[in-house]
Amino acid sequence: MLHNEGRWLVERIAVVGASLAGIAAARALRQQSFAGDIIAIGAERHQPYDRPPLSKAFLTGDCSAADLSLGDDEEDLGIRWRLGTPAARLDPRNRRILLRDGAEIPVDGVIVATGARARRLPHTDGLENVHTLRTLDDAIALRADLRRAERLVVIGAGFIGAEVASSARSLGLDVTVVEALPTPLAGPLGAEMGAVCARLHGDHGVRLLTGTPVARLIGSGRAEAVELADGTRLPADVVLVGIGAQPNVEWLADSGLVISGGVVTDASCATNLPAVVATGDCAVSFSPYAGRAVRSEHWTHAFEQPATAVATLLGSESRTRASHPYFWSDQYGVRIQLAGHREEGDTVRVVEGDPEQRSFLAVYERDGQPVAVLGMNQPKLFTRWRRQLRAPDPVATTAP
Amino acid sequence: MSQPVCPLSAIPRGEAYRWETDPPVAIFHTEDGQVFAIDDTCTHQDASLADGWLEGCEVECPLHASRFDLRTGQVDAPPAKRPIRTHRVEVTDGVVHVALSDEPPNLPPGVRTTSEAQR
Repeated sequence: MLHNEGRWLVERIAVVGASLAGIAAARALRQQSFAGDIIAIGAERHQPYDRPPLSKAFLTGDCSAADLSLGDDEEDLGIRWRLGTPAARLDPRNRRILLRDGAEIPVDGVIVATGARARRLPHTDGLENVHTLRTLDDAIALRADLRRAERLVVIGAGFIGAEVASSARSLGLDVTVVEALPTPLAGPLGAEMGAVCARLHGDHGVRLLTGTPVARLIGSGRAEAVELADGTRLPADVVLVGIGAQPNVEWLADSGLVISGGVVTDASCATNLPAVVATGDCAVSFSPYAGRAVRSEHWTHAFEQPATAVATLLGSESRTRASHPYFWSDQYGVRIQLAGHREEGDTVRVVEGDPEQRSFLAVYERDGQPVAVLGMNQPKLFTRWRRQLRAPDPVATTAP
Repeated sequence: MSQPVCPLSAIPRGEAYRWETDPPVAIFHTEDGQVFAIDDTCTHQDASLADGWLEGCEVECPLHASRFDLRTGQVDAPPAKRPIRTHRVEVTDGVVHVALSDEPPNLPPGVRTTSEAQR
């Protein structure tokens, strides 16, 4: 039993969201000596599983659903699972969570880790061969459709779209990727490096069409073709929509939590409500690297940040220092890694290797200081640069 | 049975050497001058530990920062759950010799040894 900064005794903590951030939060609770009840609430019917392989090895059949498990047979976290029913409402005044199936769960503390869901294209709900990819069930359905398909059209050339295109190509499909922006990945990587990464599609026989948005999907019941704004029609047996994600925060609408593109928190994951913290993809947290609140959708963030949220909730001392933002993507047998925080206006230069060889390291700089590093098939060098970024620098320490 | 792999002088202190056997083995030469051999492929997902960050007797995976103890193969930091297989190393007349373990490797999902893949 713990006394949480004089607020109240925390005996029952609900972790809402049972994916990576949720299981990381449950582990952190036990590691930080919380001995009370942990109730884990998950919208999906599955035990926590790892999502990154869904667009890669799982889609190609190289790993199974069992391989994705985030649990560990040898660990007993003493969690009470409530899986298959999403949380419908947080009622902080009466210290309870209401589930969609009508159940009422009394709580003393809440860790909001409900993540994000794939954004969908409007007017495509009735089309059975149009997929998004976020969950294991999504991946099972997409995998089944790809097995009997010849032509895949991917809408959106972000990381999910590129990885699915790569996986489908390795399965022998004819693949076209369409991107509304002139350069794929310009947001995370900048236009110059986005263009470099986008060349991987052409290297491997995948058509990439940029700068023209999708006008509509043609077909009823099934999409037969994707029509672009310039009238181009792309016949498709399967369509994958990879146009980003949105946070799962609607259930918090009347909770009193400040919501602005996600649950707003400070750098320690504290929200505006006592005994409620938020972490992972659903949280907009102050980032010392960005100098503002940002919502991160990256795996490492969802893996590491919950320990901070738990320390805040329990009032424990074991706060972990935030590491640099980091993400990776595996496409066409090429490993792309980025660490640090890139902003519009940062300069970028290749310091090792050659983009033409699809093996290089590039450093982003701001005011002459390295702020981010991008590696393509350069894991060893990338790791060294990533470690150097970890050293305190003026950019990272100017945060309040 | 112990096999000669490379001269120790080929691996500067603080560096690693990837031995392309099946499955590949990473040989580390620590800053203190010790030599260790473990399976090269992280037990969590496909990444080469020889590309990782060596600190003391510990290596950090370059992909997700799992850490393994080079002496025992134990996981010091997740996300890896299963230990990495270790191999016996001897340096004789300046040459690194490795005796490959008889234990089965803990390869990550989707990664097979070449001999398995050909079966």
